[in-house]
Amino acid sequence: MKKFASFKKVTINTHIVKKHVIRLGEKTYKKTQDANVFFLGIGDFVLFFWETVKETFSLGFEFKEFLRQCYLIGYKTLPLISVTGLIMGMVLTIQSRPVLADFGAVSLLPGMVAASIIREMGPVITALICAGKIGSGIGAELGSMKVSEQIDAMEVSSTHPIRFLVVTRVLAATLMIPILVMYADALGILGSWAAINIKGSVSFVLFFHQAFRVIDFMDFLPAVIKTFFFGAAIGFVGCYKGYTAGRGTESVGKAANSAVVLASLLVIIIDLIAVQITDMLL
Amino acid sequence: MQESTKKNNLVIEICNLSKGFDNQLVLKNLSLNLMDGENLVVLGKSGSGKSVLIKCIVRLLNADQGSIHVLGKNVNELRSKELAKLREKIGFLFQSGALYDSMTIKQNLEFPLIRIKKKLTKKERDEKIEEVLVNVGLGETLDQMPSELSGGMRKRASLARTIIVDPMIMLYDEPTTGLDPVTSNGISTLINDVQKKYKTSSIIITHDIECARATADRIIMLKDGDVYMEGSIDDFENSTDELIQSFFKEKT
Repeated sequence: MKKFASFKKVTINTHIVKKHVIRLGEKTYKKTQDANVFFLGIGDFVLFFWETVKETFSLGFEFKEFLRQCYLIGYKTLPLISVTGLIMGMVLTIQSRPVLADFGAVSLLPGMVAASIIREMGPVITALICAGKIGSGIGAELGSMKVSEQIDAMEVSSTHPIRFLVVTRVLAATLMIPILVMYADALGILGSWAAINIKGSVSFVLFFHQAFRVIDFMDFLPAVIKTFFFGAAIGFVGCYKGYTAGRGTESVGKAANSAVVLASLLVIIIDLIAVQITDMLL
Repeated sequence: MQESTKKNNLVIEICNLSKGFDNQLVLKNLSLNLMDGENLVVLGKSGSGKSVLIKCIVRLLNADQGSIHVLGKNVNELRSKELAKLREKIGFLFQSGALYDSMTIKQNLEFPLIRIKKKLTKKERDEKIEEVLVNVGLGETLDQMPSELSGGMRKRASLARTIIVDPMIMLYDEPTTGLDPVTSNGISTLINDVQKKYKTSSIIITHDIECARATADRIIMLKDGDVYMEGSIDDFENSTDELIQSFFKEKT
């Protein structure tokens, strides 16, 4: 016969239960607060974006500051992009050559490298480098302007800081990054030709012919279009993080750091979306 | 009749102003007036809400409650364009000076001038910049960067940038903080000179008693976000109030 378990008399310690309920309540409250901060942050971001769009199309465009930013974002980034572009092409060629050689398809190397540089590697690597240099630069600059009350000073002297600081930087980044990407693409292809010539001898004309035999306008166009979005995202995130930095000097570093992280993440996400759209359309 | 004349001379009228941050009230139902041509010094310990007060006046911070009338206009109800117009008549000297790091002193002074005095020619602008810089004793710094100037010089340059657009009201946020006594005296003298030359009405936020002595027509002391005492410098110095005495003794 099955023996029934004997039940013990259970005494409930109300003090412990109360303590657990309180702890649960505190945790729930903290989570709610965190969610609140998160959604407020999104709201802030959207409002800042809307204000930037509004000021972009309002009268009184700060053309001189826009040109200065184009110089700083475009010209001052050229050395870094030159080195990166050249090395990108060389590395891609040196890494791909043995695999193609196994299949006896070394003649396809210029076309393969050119296609991967123009379609993907050039835009993404250049944009990530720019997210690091330009995004952090803008974030730190505006962050320190905020901390030292320069943005407030601008506001009280009847200048709209978003029009002067944000619109000019976002537009300069949107315009300059596609140019930097095309420049990096060109140097990448040049680097590839140089790398091929390390182990063999191919004239530039032949290399150029082989490279662009497999590339057409529709390879080039989507890649260029997405770089405008990369530029806008990098400029905007840098400005947003700097402009909304806290009051202490520590927040300048935080602004620069989070601008790089968020801008890099956005570049990857935009790239994924762009690739999906291109795939659907072509 | 006397009341209405007094009302007409008011350039700033603040009624029951309250402002708080994170459930902590910094200003509590504060009311004060600034008369035309007057230098009003606002004294108070750190954290008493002095800087918050003048930031509310130019709406760098939005008031939670109460009204602020500047030159007859309710600051809290102005649209952004109207607010920008009103701000053209107000000069704000920031505690840190807030000179634009990436610009030379000349470009710093040109910045508000181009945007507010749009009708001036380049020659007139250059003359005005030179005149104002000479007035603050910085005639030789035109092409220098802010980082090349000393703390006192930066304050002077910042003051020059503020007065270059001929404001009617000046708001000084701790103008002598971080400066040696000699330079502080120089800044206090400059504040009086600006008042005389440009016929401004000023609110001077400070906890520097020497600056208050040198510049004040009237003094207001803030405590816990409200007016604790109001009067002339003599009233304050002769006060038997423990807090006022300790403040004046300590600071002197």
